[in-house]
Amino acid sequence: MSTYKGIAVVKSQEKIATDVYSMVLECKEAAREAKPGQFISLYCKDGSALLPRPISICEIGETTLRIVYRVVGKGTNEFCKLVENDTIEIMGPLGNGFPIEEGKAILIGGGIGIPPMLELAKTLNCEKNIVLGFRDEIFLANEFEAYGSISIASEDGKTGVKGNVLDAIKQNGIEGDVIYACGPTPMLRAIQAYAIEKGIKAYLSLEEKMACGIGACLACVCKSNGIDHHTNVDNKRICKDGPVFEAREIKL
Amino acid sequence: MGIDMNTSVNIAGVTLKNPVMTASGTFGSGAEYSQFVDLNRLGAVVTKGVANIPWPGNPTPRIAETYGGMMNAIGLQNPGIDVFAKRDIPFLKEYDTKIVVNVCGKSEKDYVEVVERLGEEPVDLLEINVSCPNVKEGGIAFGQDPKALNQITKAVKKVAKQPVIMKLSPNVTDITEMAKAAVDGGSDALSLINTLTGMKIDVHKRKFALANKTGGLSGPAIKPVAVRMVYQVANAVNVPIIGMGGIANWEDAMEFILAGATAVSVGTANFYNPTATIEIVDGIEAYMKQYGIKDINELVGAVNIC
Repeated sequence: MSTYKGIAVVKSQEKIATDVYSMVLECKEAAREAKPGQFISLYCKDGSALLPRPISICEIGETTLRIVYRVVGKGTNEFCKLVENDTIEIMGPLGNGFPIEEGKAILIGGGIGIPPMLELAKTLNCEKNIVLGFRDEIFLANEFEAYGSISIASEDGKTGVKGNVLDAIKQNGIEGDVIYACGPTPMLRAIQAYAIEKGIKAYLSLEEKMACGIGACLACVCKSNGIDHHTNVDNKRICKDGPVFEAREIKL
Repeated sequence: MGIDMNTSVNIAGVTLKNPVMTASGTFGSGAEYSQFVDLNRLGAVVTKGVANIPWPGNPTPRIAETYGGMMNAIGLQNPGIDVFAKRDIPFLKEYDTKIVVNVCGKSEKDYVEVVERLGEEPVDLLEINVSCPNVKEGGIAFGQDPKALNQITKAVKKVAKQPVIMKLSPNVTDITEMAKAAVDGGSDALSLINTLTGMKIDVHKRKFALANKTGGLSGPAIKPVAVRMVYQVANAVNVPIIGMGGIANWEDAMEFILAGATAVSVGTANFYNPTATIEIVDGIEAYMKQYGIKDINELVGAVNIC
């Protein structure tokens, strides 16, 4: 696998919810290497914002990558103002991505962890239950319809099950052989416990503040169960060894 | 490079093909960057700090961006000298570059143990990290007290088989006092500056941005402080200086050289521009051509009042 570092061209950008944007980038070098669950680093033009912003890949086209991201600070605020034909520097694809397993799958996305589940839903060729959790406002859910049976949980209870994704799984009697999940750490922690209790595999996509994005700086580590072969301590590098880990590999 | 142009520099008897090095902790041991950078083109690779035993480092978040810079509190996570010697040194030996191993420890005994062990290894220089602000016992105590610095330098020199570079902390009142203490202890060269201790608070969460509360500030934001300190130290001691602190391009590198640095280390810039080191190598050569400079050493400390 080779990592592209260079320019991508903005094909389109639209706001799909409050502070949530969908941007399609033309970049064939990165697109042809990308797999579901990987991410790209995006660089700011503002020289005072040094570090690349890691953002998960939502959809992979032949020559394009789509990202769906939330505006949370200086970097994403710059990105959301880009329009068609603007350019942006990127590096990617980065990270390991989701492994493709056999059997009935449960795909779980929470909040801004939902986007990477879309490309995975398109890629997995099996029976899929898709569980999406939101705080309040729903986004991207309709795009999953073609790929499986969808359950929604919302904290305010306005859409679907009132509560979190595990509430939706339990209330709707959803079962499967393997879980794929991306979302906030408390959600992943609950899914990890659930998967271990049920004795099924769960692939969890983690997030952490990153600097280099390629495994050199050791900023974005998580605790591993046992000594990691590379770091020789009980830490794994999220950018390089992850962001996807099997639930039993890590401590959350 | 032109035939009649010399970019090589000498650090304590070790010849570097050019003055561009990597700053410890920003480049791993080079493996991750070798997909972007031809390591053969670097003057030297300075590895991430290595201790006698594996260190797990600090809790996350370990980094936070600041205006024109970043703070880190990695906590010197490292695999320990055994894995490092078995895996990282052989990797670097495949390249035509000098190997500088950064050594960290919590006590004099720790440093001495790693330095002794490295005596058997094919490394060119030792950089002793007595200035990491992120580990309580991680050397900063040695780096902020001239007597302690003098003593640890002597202890390391006593067992070192390679030339020793003490890496100085900027978190002191008078850096020349520290530089003199290290040189008096036998330090063959000096590296400066390590990061400046800082703090960032997330006003929305009302929490420290770093789990460690404080971290080491690096990046372009600290460059003027670093240039000033290199200039002061260059005028206070008579050993080669490796200058670092916010170097992101060849102009930054030339500032340090003109201030008195014989070589420079590129750190934080690697994180946002993986090819920064190579661009700086090329940029320095272009600068020499532009001004008809035959030998880079002519420019070391060549700053003058206009």
